[in-house]
Amino acid sequence: MGWAIALHGGAGVPLSMPPENRLPREAGLRHCLDVGIAALKSHMHALDVVELVVRELENFPHFNAGKGSVLNTLGTVEMEASIMDGKTKKCGAVSGLTTVVNPISLARLVMDKTPHIYLAFHGAEAFAREQGVETADPTHFITPENIERLQQAKEANRVQIDYTQPMPREAKKNAAIANGDSQTGTVGCVAVDSEGNLASATSTGGLVNKMVGRIGDSPIIGAGTYANHLCAVSATGRGEAILRGTVARDVAALMEFKGLSLKEAAAYPVDQAPPGTVGLVAVSSTGEVTMPFNTPGMFRACATEDGYSEISIWDSPIKGNVLSMFWSISKYNRINFWIHICKGLHQFKKIPTVR
Amino acid sequence: MGGWAIAVHGGAGVDPNLPKERQEEGMRLLGRCVDVGISALRSNIPAIDVVELVVRELETDPLFNSGRGSVLTENGTVEMEAIIMDGPKRRCGAVSGLTTVKNPISLARLVMDKSPHSYLAFSGAEEFAEKQGVELVDNEYFITENNVAMLKLAKEANSIVFDYRIPAPGTVGCAVVDKEGRCAAATSTGGLMNKMRGRIGDSPLIGCGTYACELCGVSCTGEGEAIIRSTLAREVAAVMEYKGLNLHEAVDFVIRNRLDEGKAGLIALSKKGEVACGFNTTGMFRGCATEDGFMEVGIW
Repeated sequence: MGWAIALHGGAGVPLSMPPENRLPREAGLRHCLDVGIAALKSHMHALDVVELVVRELENFPHFNAGKGSVLNTLGTVEMEASIMDGKTKKCGAVSGLTTVVNPISLARLVMDKTPHIYLAFHGAEAFAREQGVETADPTHFITPENIERLQQAKEANRVQIDYTQPMPREAKKNAAIANGDSQTGTVGCVAVDSEGNLASATSTGGLVNKMVGRIGDSPIIGAGTYANHLCAVSATGRGEAILRGTVARDVAALMEFKGLSLKEAAAYPVDQAPPGTVGLVAVSSTGEVTMPFNTPGMFRACATEDGYSEISIWDSPIKGNVLSMFWSISKYNRINFWIHICKGLHQFKKIPTVR
Repeated sequence: MGGWAIAVHGGAGVDPNLPKERQEEGMRLLGRCVDVGISALRSNIPAIDVVELVVRELETDPLFNSGRGSVLTENGTVEMEAIIMDGPKRRCGAVSGLTTVKNPISLARLVMDKSPHSYLAFSGAEEFAEKQGVELVDNEYFITENNVAMLKLAKEANSIVFDYRIPAPGTVGCAVVDKEGRCAAATSTGGLMNKMRGRIGDSPLIGCGTYACELCGVSCTGEGEAIIRSTLAREVAAVMEYKGLNLHEAVDFVIRNRLDEGKAGLIALSKKGEVACGFNTTGMFRGCATEDGFMEVGIW
């Protein structure tokens, strides 16, 4: 029992990551986790907690939401988000935002201030202006890293058409599906407060090089986000796989209809999805947390009232210094790490996102 | 295997005072669509093609709230959405915010078959439509006198209309299982009368307004908010899958227990060729037929 919180910064993280990419993200996860813990300790309602934490994640430019969102095929940003209150099952969602600094807060306003659940594109932007939420020039959200990612994705598409790159057999087992997956991902937060209220929130810039107008799983209730009286779930990964698997809803459905525990229920849709496509964070009304993923890694963090906390990227929690982190990662990842160290730093930097 | 089956709907929540001729018009249209579906199924056309075919018929006829005859946004324009889902691999295609695409369901089909994504909306969807060469028309094509009059009423009553005291036509949908036991579902709509621009409803959201999997195909209609909150379409399949209920029990369970205060209806069929419909509204325009000769069109 007691409060619990889990948050993610995206699944689909490659097997190795240079410190200059890893450290800021760890710091971001740590900061956002601390914000969430402080809020829960001060008896903030779960719905407000998840909104608060996701705002922080959106503001952090190293994650794929708000500032730092990946770019569509035209090089612009189209953001989407959704939020759901487990007790009332009220929800709000937005898509196609280009100027709203915190999409999750606009989703919250759709939920609270309109008779609708989901507003998108020009209608959503018009609503944002009516509500006086903070907006910025579209260029505010674009980061140099994402410009580079878009370029790489466009080049990769050309390469893929020309020839198929042979992949090492081991890598295939953990391969993420191609087509624009990047080192960053959707963000999300789920929480249960001390009253047992559950809530979930997810926010994203979507897929690198996506078509203009493409909507993914994050704003779709039941796919990327879901909360009811049993649990709260936020998913990340390949949108199309999460949509067809109705991942977030299925976790709750398995608990309810098959009596599975949170951990079992959460593992099931992740295992069922194609390898390398899905990760999620979930909490239950009784304060349990689980964070399964079938990708090589997922940026994640969690904490429970009894004092447990964790910040992780790959298989095992980061235990402090680099050396212990090295030993804590799986054998395959360790071997891969050494191969790339031996090939030199420039090789290390050139590792493509695992396909 | 139980053979093929088809179910169609033209919206839940019907005004009990709807003039008799409107009721008959609606039933005739649904009957015609069921016949179109039956011929297609008899000539072994796959479920996914049948649902598209039938929903195109419903979109083209101005009677119901989809394609031509779609209800109007607060600005007096039309913004349409649609979704199609193929049970066997749970592939899907959805579109929202269409203003010039004559048959939204066919664009949804193209999103599924010809794009790397599952859901395209607004200007991105319209661009895709242009590139795919689908038939495009002016927004005025979709607007009917009836709907202009209804928008006026809705504005006077200051309501977003899901209230059959101001009668508004309903979302359309079709679910089919073919001889091979493949299920498919499709839904198409203009949304809510007097809705905010950019509003997306339940219809194009997988698992909410529409769902199809190995076991069944489902299309919902009614209060969008209630359908989304209850992930209604997925719920039918989930109770079949995880609780082992049969189709009729699942539909019953879901309508009885999942809608809380909300009003909605749905059609569903199973890969075994069973058909079911359920609604907690006053009436739902619907029609269905099964291979063993059963056929029914009704409202109440």
